[in-house]
Amino acid sequence: MPGKIEKDSVTGTETTGHEWDGIRELNTPLPKWWVYVWIASIVWGIGYMLVYPSVPYGPGYFHGLLGYSSRSHVAHEVAEVDAKRDIYMKKIAAQPFSAIEKNPQLMQVAETAGAITFAENCQPCHGQGGEGRLGYPALAAGAWIWGGTLPAIRQTITYGIRSGDPQARDSQMPPFGKSGMLNAGQIQQVASFVWSKFYGHPTKGEDIAPGAKIFAANCAVCHGPQGQGNPAFGAPRLASHVHLYGDFRASIVRQVTDPRMGVMPNWNKRLDPATIKAVAIYVHDLGGGQ
Amino acid sequence: MSEHVLPARPVVYNDAVVKKFVIACLVWAIVAFLAGVYIASELAWPQLNIAPYLNFGRLRPVHTSAAIFAFGGSALIGTSFYVVQRTCRARLWGGEALANFVFWGYQIFIVLAASSYLLGFSKSREYAEPEWHLDLLLVLVWVCYLLIYLGTLMRRAEPHIYVANWFYLGFIITIAMLVIVNNLGIPISPYSAKSYSWFSGVQDAMVQWWYGHNAVGFFLTVPFLGMMYYFIPKAANRPIYSYRLSIVHFWALIFIYIWAGPHHLLWTALPDWTQTLGMAFSIMLWMPSWGGMINGLMTLSGAWDKLRTDPGLRFSVTAVGFYGMSTFEGPAMSIRSVNALVHYSDWVIGHVHSGTLGWVAFITFGALYYLVPNLWGRKGLYSVRLAAWHYWIGTLGIVFYIASMWVAGLMEGLMWRAYDRFGFLKYSFVQVVVAEHPFMVLRMIGGVLFTIGAILMIYNLWMTVRSPATEAPRAELLPAGLPAGAVVAGE
Repeated sequence: MPGKIEKDSVTGTETTGHEWDGIRELNTPLPKWWVYVWIASIVWGIGYMLVYPSVPYGPGYFHGLLGYSSRSHVAHEVAEVDAKRDIYMKKIAAQPFSAIEKNPQLMQVAETAGAITFAENCQPCHGQGGEGRLGYPALAAGAWIWGGTLPAIRQTITYGIRSGDPQARDSQMPPFGKSGMLNAGQIQQVASFVWSKFYGHPTKGEDIAPGAKIFAANCAVCHGPQGQGNPAFGAPRLASHVHLYGDFRASIVRQVTDPRMGVMPNWNKRLDPATIKAVAIYVHDLGGGQ
Repeated sequence: MSEHVLPARPVVYNDAVVKKFVIACLVWAIVAFLAGVYIASELAWPQLNIAPYLNFGRLRPVHTSAAIFAFGGSALIGTSFYVVQRTCRARLWGGEALANFVFWGYQIFIVLAASSYLLGFSKSREYAEPEWHLDLLLVLVWVCYLLIYLGTLMRRAEPHIYVANWFYLGFIITIAMLVIVNNLGIPISPYSAKSYSWFSGVQDAMVQWWYGHNAVGFFLTVPFLGMMYYFIPKAANRPIYSYRLSIVHFWALIFIYIWAGPHHLLWTALPDWTQTLGMAFSIMLWMPSWGGMINGLMTLSGAWDKLRTDPGLRFSVTAVGFYGMSTFEGPAMSIRSVNALVHYSDWVIGHVHSGTLGWVAFITFGALYYLVPNLWGRKGLYSVRLAAWHYWIGTLGIVFYIASMWVAGLMEGLMWRAYDRFGFLKYSFVQVVVAEHPFMVLRMIGGVLFTIGAILMIYNLWMTVRSPATEAPRAELLPAGLPAGAVVAGE
């Protein structure tokens, strides 16, 4: 039923004779370059399907002429990187810290490996430069809870703190307030003593002697008579400017009443021993290593 | 039947429902763009995540649904009703009530979906977040939409079905299929909004991206081509460049698009053979996509001068340009080695937005600038100058957006894979996030510019509607009985 076929004056092409709401169509043939590029892309597509795993059939699929698989591709790339790392990481794994520290090249590798591993795994809690934050220990300040020597740091990273690993660092501070060992008044007294004597804040004429007695009887056994702490029990140093739960009197009261005790994962499930050694060296060198 | 006889009976079109969709489209445009600007700001300044209602996780689907389904969907249903009536010379089938049901049903679906996201309800399927009871409402509305469309096509007074209608119909049918299959799930109880997907594991991922990719294909590409096939020849007053090309690229697009979904899952647990097929089909899709661009651009031969005077047409033509660019970029990104660099990076976001801002929104703006004066019977736009300002501000916004995302995406891809000489990663994830900050800010500025442009448009269209009506409707508004060619310029 073609309608009136006309010649378009601009292009010189005939119309199809169709018309809808004033819209007509030219009878232009398919652009040649369009057809050729399309055919080329189809040929390319078929070629690609021949080379790579593609068409499914029956129980499996056509594996492609190259025998490519993305799993082996990834495995190959990982192996390449591992081989590069192994040159140095095997030495780091085999040598004691004392030997590594004397070898500038191994130290450079350990710092590099430790830095990126720290940034990907430790930084979310301990901060970019190991500065820590409320409830997460500072690593750069020398205020070590479980010890700041290289072997101690490695031990903490490997097995974690209260992580559930059988070799994890573990200790409990008694809930002095909650269990009734100290009453509210005594807790205020001991808090005033710690606040003034160890945290270094003036108490405005308050008598800290009763608090000192309570401290000596209950706290000194772990935290030390001078508040110097004891890494063997993970008892934090109190005579310091760095405090896990902040420089607040209220947090001393809170801790004596019903203590919070943090958890750190055991990284032996995620990092290999050489990498953990490298992280230990990096953390040790953040500024607080012993 | 060698000679078609035009019917004598006058046809009165149902334009009331089209007007409603146009208004809804403008309202949702602002919601979508503002939500976009807000979540873009959250990515630049995370403090803006105000829990729980303004968290990125809740607002992001509000932005995507408002942009795709509310703004885009209202534009599509509205223009499809306008186009199908005029190119069939038939009033909408099903009467006023059914058309109104589709309008109100669709709007209620959108409002319920958006508010459910903010309240924390989500199926967690990208672009298909509404829970099952809302899906049922959508399917009911959609089937009514299909019936109206088919009914109108069947009562047409034209011997042939115009190409724009093939595209619109392809969209309606395929979206129905995609939505139904992707959303198959089991509610935990008839009284609970929570449901679980019918599929699991990698099959679930594949179904999701079969849907997700074809939401882009059959929601954001195919029907907007239908829009292009009507509004560009109307505004340019020129015949379509090639009838043959429109047939070939339509069927090629419909056939090939549906297989390309696996390219969203390259380098994942999806079997290698599925990845290869998705990638091969993506490459074969390039030319069928460009067929639409060629037909759109070449239709302007002899009318290029109109770009100087008609900002609406300038929007449409620029949209076709962005369409061509995105449909080249897409196949390129689906090549395995390219994908290894850009997957999960902001390049993907830039790619999507060169499609949605550049193509979808601009072709819609072009249609709206044509449609509003015609629908309301005004002699022209309130201000052509303001529309030109909208064009330049909007284009600048898109350039800010996509250029910043290209650079950010390449930077991320390169930083993520950078190793030092000992074989260790050079940058941590957080360092990459920090490095992205300036680009996040630039992208947000792009979004602000785009939104300012849209506000200018809404003001302009509002003032157009408020301007006095012309005494006689414009020539192409005459409902029926026109002799062939009567409205073609130069005759």
